[in-house]
Amino acid sequence: MKIFAKVPNINFMAQRKTGLWGSGILTVVAILLIAFHGLNFGIDFTGGVLVEVSYPQPVELEEVRSELGEAGYHNAMVQHFGSASALLIRLPPAKEASTAEVSSQVLNALHAKDKGIELRRIEFVGPQVGEELFNDGGLALLVAFIGIAVYIMFRFEWKFSVGAVAAVVHDVIMVLGFLALFDIEFDITTLAAILALMGYSNNETIVIFDRVRENLIGERRSDVLDVVNLSVNQTLLRSIITHVATSLVLIALLTLGGATVHSFSAALLFGVIVATYSSIYISTNLAVALGVSREDLLPPQDKEIDEMP
Amino acid sequence: MKPYASWKYVVLVLALVFGALYSAPNIYGDDPSVQVTMESGDPLPADFGDIVAKALEARKLVPIASGVEDGHWVVRLPDTDAQLQASEQLKRELGRGYVVALSSASKTPGWLRAIGAKPMNLGLDLRGGVHFLLEVDLDEVNKKAVQRIITDVPAFLRKEDVRYTGRREASGAAVLEFADAATLDEARKLIARNFPEYALTVPANSPTQLQIALSQQEAKRIVDFAVQQNLTTLRSRVNQLGVAEPLVQRQGVNRIVVQLPGVQDTTRVKELLGATATLEYRAVDEADAYSAAASGITPAGTELFYTREDRRPVLLKREIIAGGDNLVDAAATVDEQGGPAVSVVLDGAAAKRMFAFTERNVGKPMAVLFKEREVVTNYNAQGVAIREHRDVEEIISIASIRGVFGKRFQTTGLSSKEAHDLALLLKAGALAAPVEIVEERTVGPSLGADNIRRGIAAAVLGMALVALFMVVYYRVFGLFAVAALLMNTVLVAAILSLLQATLTMPGIAGIVLHLGIAVDANVLIYERIREELRNGMKPHAAIEAGYERAFLTIADANITVLIATMTLFALGAGPIKGFAITLAIGIVCSQFTAIVGSRALAQLFFAKRPLKDVPVW
Repeated sequence: MKIFAKVPNINFMAQRKTGLWGSGILTVVAILLIAFHGLNFGIDFTGGVLVEVSYPQPVELEEVRSELGEAGYHNAMVQHFGSASALLIRLPPAKEASTAEVSSQVLNALHAKDKGIELRRIEFVGPQVGEELFNDGGLALLVAFIGIAVYIMFRFEWKFSVGAVAAVVHDVIMVLGFLALFDIEFDITTLAAILALMGYSNNETIVIFDRVRENLIGERRSDVLDVVNLSVNQTLLRSIITHVATSLVLIALLTLGGATVHSFSAALLFGVIVATYSSIYISTNLAVALGVSREDLLPPQDKEIDEMP
Repeated sequence: MKPYASWKYVVLVLALVFGALYSAPNIYGDDPSVQVTMESGDPLPADFGDIVAKALEARKLVPIASGVEDGHWVVRLPDTDAQLQASEQLKRELGRGYVVALSSASKTPGWLRAIGAKPMNLGLDLRGGVHFLLEVDLDEVNKKAVQRIITDVPAFLRKEDVRYTGRREASGAAVLEFADAATLDEARKLIARNFPEYALTVPANSPTQLQIALSQQEAKRIVDFAVQQNLTTLRSRVNQLGVAEPLVQRQGVNRIVVQLPGVQDTTRVKELLGATATLEYRAVDEADAYSAAASGITPAGTELFYTREDRRPVLLKREIIAGGDNLVDAAATVDEQGGPAVSVVLDGAAAKRMFAFTERNVGKPMAVLFKEREVVTNYNAQGVAIREHRDVEEIISIASIRGVFGKRFQTTGLSSKEAHDLALLLKAGALAAPVEIVEERTVGPSLGADNIRRGIAAAVLGMALVALFMVVYYRVFGLFAVAALLMNTVLVAAILSLLQATLTMPGIAGIVLHLGIAVDANVLIYERIREELRNGMKPHAAIEAGYERAFLTIADANITVLIATMTLFALGAGPIKGFAITLAIGIVCSQFTAIVGSRALAQLFFAKRPLKDVPVW
């Protein structure tokens, strides 16, 4: 099967200014969304109590709310989870009652009215643990950024490194914006998705960089922009196919994987689209804008030869 | 086309055999079983097999197998009904001293187990169970210390006839005020000599104030002791629950992880974890304890207790010489003659009481009373939970006083097991610092089973979709890629099983995600082959060039993903580590299977055939 009969010849770099501006504006919008709308942090980060139970028959939310109200939990958030007979109850972290006792008492209160309920899951996270996770998560993101930047600097050159890190930062911000926009819960599994996305996004970038380097060294005459365009076109099919394959498994995970991996797969599904885009219009684009040249990439001894008239 | 080095085929076949063998245990499934161990950790009695067989026979239970596996006695049963009955029966017949737990024993055949092949560990989110994170409250440690300082030190100064003008508590330290710097200096020297565990500071702006707080080392020691003490108690309490593979482990400076697979009754677990124990050193009253026990009348100033071992009545004086919160350290050790002993360290105040007491009572016996308060939940006829407190008060040790001592002393004349047990009990009764539950995660068995089912369904669908896509798009080469992907998955499963890594739901997500990322290596190669063909290369040369030129790109790309995964592993919490490890193993395997595996297939298929074109589209 062929998508293109021959290597496509799309002038990606013609839109490079538009691409940078557009991405810049979208990134700012995403940051504003995160700042003002906020991320829907899960209990992993905020602390609090979460109880999932299933009833033998469908239940009314109001009934359960009043049962819990009687037990003294007026601020309990009760919602259906997956089906009408499954419930998710959340309690915000309370200063005075922030102990593991709360989950037991909630269960007892529910048990008093209906013997048939089955416990599916209890999660209690103390505020100190949530805060730590938050800090560790931030640290993990930072260390991953630095690790990637150093590796690319070592394997390529600093201009590429700047481009690659910018693309990764862009992708992470866009996905966070997406999660904020659709109020998708951000829990520790979602954080894992973001870190996995950083790897994926870089993967995309490196494949193009690799080709740019090969072509810059191999095809001496052409202009840098032409070489970049050629490289993007040469790797375009591979990007599309890998993107499709990854999206296919993510769709499988999103549809069959259940609630635990829902936000994980949603974040990644959106993330891989952004990553494919940013590998062209941000990382490569930025490296070009910073003035990547053939001389930057040549091994030292070749450089001397090249510079001779 | 150059022949492919035969050692590469050998490596490939070896990898396949390894993968098949070590991933195999995962498909055999489990037998419902009952697992028995000694509570003390000692080996089981020699005739234990007969005891078990007799007990099971009484209820007409026929086990599939009964014997020692991995250091436990495991009784395999045909179904869960028989499992429950067998567990009840064994609990009743064996009585105290044994831990009887429900478990599931893998059906992996013996020859596979002999080469170390075991099924993967399932995380709590997949098998159900509870996870607790307990924390020793550091602030509380300091607060208690300051309270102790504020009573002990002034009393000491009064005795030494050093006058202070005021005492108060300020920002985590006790503050004493003196009339002048000279008095302060004198007090400072005395305190430093008698209470080496305290850090003394004089603020620069007020030279007549002495701040006294726990020294850094002392605070660290107390926390260490508290954590150790809690580990000890938690382990013994968890044993009471009868859990097959409990995990009680220190995490970081002041935290303890408790993981109990298969346990759902978290209320009971929390009560057990929260049960408090303390101990008291008291003088033994030598009046006739038996007649007091018989008549119920105890002499004035005494109380009647029983010894833990042989339930012998003993009268103890009411006065408490040292309590659990005075205990700074307790450890099993050896005395000067090389015999087993328990060494005990008391804090300053108790050391002084102990000194005063032993001075007057050399040769007389002293006892250690262990008090434990357990909360038990029972359900009444209406099914309403009733919480009841049960106080256990037992004498765990009686020893005669050999000489005068204070802060440090030894209890001797014990067997080494007794010394060990006494040290554990002393630690258990020392309330050095309160513990609170800072995290709880409980997963019910149905959710665990659901998670496994969903994870497998997602993996199978993901695999099928990718396989279909690759075959439609790349034809024969697509098949090679699918073969490489399958081999990759088998290898990942084998390595995870061999490492006994814990598979969690995020871990499954990692495996599924890696299915998508792993085909990338093949896509890079095949696109390269197409390109070389377009550039006019001969088919065989194009295949070779494709594999060779794509290699570095694939390596570069994979290394950056590995950087992100390693960060995740280093900084992530439990389930996330599972995700990171599966993804990382998957990536490393894909580098091998995509490059060596699919290439070997291509070589086998095309090396000897004249090719006009490469069927890569």
